[in-house]
Amino acid sequence: MTTAVATPVEQGLTIGGRGFRSRLMVGTGKYRDNETMVRAIEASGAEIVTVAVRRVDLDRRNEQGVLHHLDPQQVFLLANTAGCYTADEAIRYARLAREAGFNEFVKLEVIGDRETLLPDTGGLLQAARTLVADGFKVLAYTSDDLVTALRLEDAGCAAVMPLASPIGSGLGLLNPYSVRLIKRRLQVPVVVDAGVGTASDACVTMEQGVDGILMNTALAEATDPVRMAHAMRLAVEAGRAAYLAGRMPRREVAVPSSPTTGLLD
Amino acid sequence: MSPIHITVNGRPQELTDRTSLLGLLESLELDPRLVVVEHNRQIVRQPTLATTALADGDAVELVHFVGGG
Repeated sequence: MTTAVATPVEQGLTIGGRGFRSRLMVGTGKYRDNETMVRAIEASGAEIVTVAVRRVDLDRRNEQGVLHHLDPQQVFLLANTAGCYTADEAIRYARLAREAGFNEFVKLEVIGDRETLLPDTGGLLQAARTLVADGFKVLAYTSDDLVTALRLEDAGCAAVMPLASPIGSGLGLLNPYSVRLIKRRLQVPVVVDAGVGTASDACVTMEQGVDGILMNTALAEATDPVRMAHAMRLAVEAGRAAYLAGRMPRREVAVPSSPTTGLLD
Repeated sequence: MSPIHITVNGRPQELTDRTSLLGLLESLELDPRLVVVEHNRQIVRQPTLATTALADGDAVELVHFVGGG
C-alpha cells in the first residue's frame, strides 16, 4: 500500500498470546472453487483463516480437504464449531479440531436459531467455560449484547466476537453503538464476526475501534472475490487509521470551513 | 472370525476381519495424517490407530477440515 505521507507504524493485534499483523480474518467457505479461495485469501492479506470440521465424505474419497489448498505454515488455521447447537456438540467439535494438531485456538459457535444463526448465549457461556478449562484459546462468536460479552471475558475467552448482523446476511454493522460499547468495556480483543457485506461495512466497523474483523460471505459471494478481498484489505486499514486519527465531532448545525471575516460589502 | 458390524460416519459397515482403526482407514484409502478419528465418542490419537481394534457395535467418526466461515 502506498502512502502519501509518513504514517506511524501500527501495531498489530495479539490474541491468545500470538501476534498478528493483519486485522482482517477470512473464512474459507462458499467459494466457487479452490483457486478463487486461495487467491482471495492472498489478496486480503489475512493471516487468520477459519475452517470447519466435518465428516469425511466416504463416497468421494479422492476429494481433498481444504488443507490441500492452504499451507498451515503460511496461514493460521482457526477451526470453528459451525453447525453446533448445543454446548456439548461445540465442545466435541473443538476437541476434534484440536486433535488435527495445528493449534489450541477455536472460534466457538453455539447457535440458537436456524433462521438467523444467532448464538445461544447460555450454551455459548457453558461451552466457553469448559473449553477454557481444557486449555483452549477461545474466540467466542456472540451477539452484540454487552453483558454476554462481559461474561465471556470473565469465562476466560481470548477474544470476544460480536456479530455485525446475521451470518451471510451482508447487512453490515447494524448496531454501531453496541459494538462500540463492547469495545470500550472489554479488556480482551474484540473482533467483529458475521454480516459484513462490502468495504464500507468493514471500514465503519473498524472505525468503532474494534481490533479486527472476520468475514467470509462478503468475499465468497462477491462477483469478483479477489477484487473484493483487496477492497476489504484497504477498508480495514482505512477504518483502523480513521479510528486512530480521532474523528471530528458530529454536529446538527453547520460550522463554516471558510472565514466569515474579510467578506466584500 | 465372524464378521463385525460397526458404523462409520453414521453408515453401517461390515468388516470381515478384526481390523484396527488404521486398517479401517487404509481400507477406505484415507491418509491418517489428514483425518481425525473418533471411536465410540473418544478421540483416538494417530500413534494408537494401529493398536486400537474394532469391535461389534462400534461407532467411528472420521472428520477433517473443510471450508467454513
